[in-house]
Amino acid sequence: MGAAALSACAPPAPPSGGPAQLALPTDVSATDKTLRWANWTAYLDYDEEAKNYPTLEAFMKETGIATTYSEDVDDNDSYVSKVRPQLEARQDIERDIVTLTDWMAARLIRDQLVQPLELIQMPNAGNLLPQLKEVSFDPGRNYSLTWQSGFAGIGYDREKVGRDLKTLDDLFSEDLKGRVVVLSEMRDTVGLMMQWQGVDIAGQWTQAQFDEGVAKVDQLIGDGYIRRVKGNAYLNDLKSGNAIAGIVWSGDLFVLRFETENDNWQFTIPESGGTLWSDNMMVPITSTHRRNAQTLMNYYYEPEVAAQVAAYVNYVCPVVGAQEELAKTDPELAESPFIFPSADYIKENNIQGFRALTAQEDADLSAQWARVVGN
Amino acid sequence: MSALAHAGGGGHAAPVGPPVERRGTWIPYLLLLPGALWLLLFFVVPLVQLFTVSLQSQYPGYPGYYYRDLNVGNYWSALTEFAPHFGRSLLFAGLATFFAFCLAYPLAYAMAFKAGKWRGLMMICVIAPFFTSFILRTIAWRQILSDEGPVASVLNTLHLLPGGHITETWMAVVAGLTYNFLPFMVLPIYASLERADPRVIEAGGDLYANGFTTFRTVTLPMSMPGVLAGTLLTFIPATGDYVNAELLGSDRSTKMVGNVIESQFFKVPGGYPTAAALSFTLMALILALVFVYVRKFGTEELL
Repeated sequence: MGAAALSACAPPAPPSGGPAQLALPTDVSATDKTLRWANWTAYLDYDEEAKNYPTLEAFMKETGIATTYSEDVDDNDSYVSKVRPQLEARQDIERDIVTLTDWMAARLIRDQLVQPLELIQMPNAGNLLPQLKEVSFDPGRNYSLTWQSGFAGIGYDREKVGRDLKTLDDLFSEDLKGRVVVLSEMRDTVGLMMQWQGVDIAGQWTQAQFDEGVAKVDQLIGDGYIRRVKGNAYLNDLKSGNAIAGIVWSGDLFVLRFETENDNWQFTIPESGGTLWSDNMMVPITSTHRRNAQTLMNYYYEPEVAAQVAAYVNYVCPVVGAQEELAKTDPELAESPFIFPSADYIKENNIQGFRALTAQEDADLSAQWARVVGN
Repeated sequence: MSALAHAGGGGHAAPVGPPVERRGTWIPYLLLLPGALWLLLFFVVPLVQLFTVSLQSQYPGYPGYYYRDLNVGNYWSALTEFAPHFGRSLLFAGLATFFAFCLAYPLAYAMAFKAGKWRGLMMICVIAPFFTSFILRTIAWRQILSDEGPVASVLNTLHLLPGGHITETWMAVVAGLTYNFLPFMVLPIYASLERADPRVIEAGGDLYANGFTTFRTVTLPMSMPGVLAGTLLTFIPATGDYVNAELLGSDRSTKMVGNVIESQFFKVPGGYPTAAALSFTLMALILALVFVYVRKFGTEELL
């Protein structure tokens, strides 16, 4: 009774919106030549024999900034859940650059947990692909800089499947029932479903259209077509043979080819279209090495350096001029549409980014998606 | 203070000199202090914190921002929405406890009475899995039970596997739970059987009871404290477990309440109060079940 009476109290004033004054920590970059960078796995050129990252070694030699590179991020949600309380309490998370996907970057920028960048200190940032310069979550790129981009599409083992998969109808067919995995990233899996249903995912689609996309996934799980809905761990199912096809990220299939020494792994954009996403480098609000971070970002936007990284990671390179650089060393790879997709390729294959969501939509749709995938 | 001193010293404390009695008054408290502080800091404080989170409300239109409130509705909505997960948790944990008991009792019996010189080796075999992380062992089970692994292919050849695969079914989850908690069942049962006086069991034979009657009326009752401890040590953590369901289960039909709590905390923006309410409900539910269970089957020795 008492509880009910108390809970009837009006909620206190919500947190102040709009651009509040950001208190940035004092930058010690000039005296403290260190930098700590959190990134995803297999996302930077690695030399197996020397056990180091060649481009990063060169950066350290050139600038004298001792950089600690850690492959901390294996999932946007789990990484940010871990560091968010510290960021909010303004306690050092011991990272000066974090690399996160667009929608998570949107949340961090919205909640003012990352620092604005001094673009004037990063002349190479002008090499960013024109279509990535104006993103909805960070107009003018004041807080973030793209690390790599990629597509979500169909991945499969051609030998085990026994035919080519060109559409999602092919993927969810009777003979592949229970052998298909899909990504737990809502924007990729639901995005592909909505495109399948003819929705423009970059446009102002309605809640009803989103519901239909989710319902499709729901039905495919219920009917046993989809075996599992997973994050990066889907690669294990493909490796173990539990799954032989799925909705996957483009670069991963090249890693899979390399790791399983099996060239039958194919990646294709379904005829109804694929999704395009980017991971973005940002400086957390607690970092005292913003200048060093900017120096590194500037370095990786030199076309030759970007080309070196692209040749290893096989994801879409966001740097203008890198294609010409890569053509000098590996002309064949420089033609790969998965690293340097032409504007025509993107258009012909109907590759689109999922439209930016408002804070409320983001929360509601994430909860709706979580219910469908079972928890 | 003085009450405790009297209780501790008992009736015979009187003849002893006063200094001893005075020392007796604070030493028990001093001994309790580290444990009590530990519990206060790492159990009571987080528990209170969790409870306040479970009653928080969200600012309308500001997902992820909460204010302190007494929103009991969180419990109601969490319970109605996730009731199937609670049911599944209890069912899977119950099944795992049952299977673990069926496997553990004969094993513990053999170790206690029949193993002879092999007892030490058997003990090591029971404990050895603890030397590797249980996550790694569960991932290994995923490989063993995979479609092209030995178990599934044999069962498929014999047409004994209706769905065609083991992983992503409830069988895999229950098997995983049973496997992971088996040692917690074996060890207490073994300990209580090993303590049992063999002469008492022999006496059963002397009194013309057959083997089964001796077991039923002598051995089993003597091992009840072990069985009780074993079932509790298996059932309680198994109910809250989410690793097995995460790694061996599918995405919908085998999710347990632990998986929901995990995803509400870490994946759903604004899911904190729901997750906290679920955690509290789970705790209360287990506490109630255990209370009833111990009252019904508990023995003097254990309590």
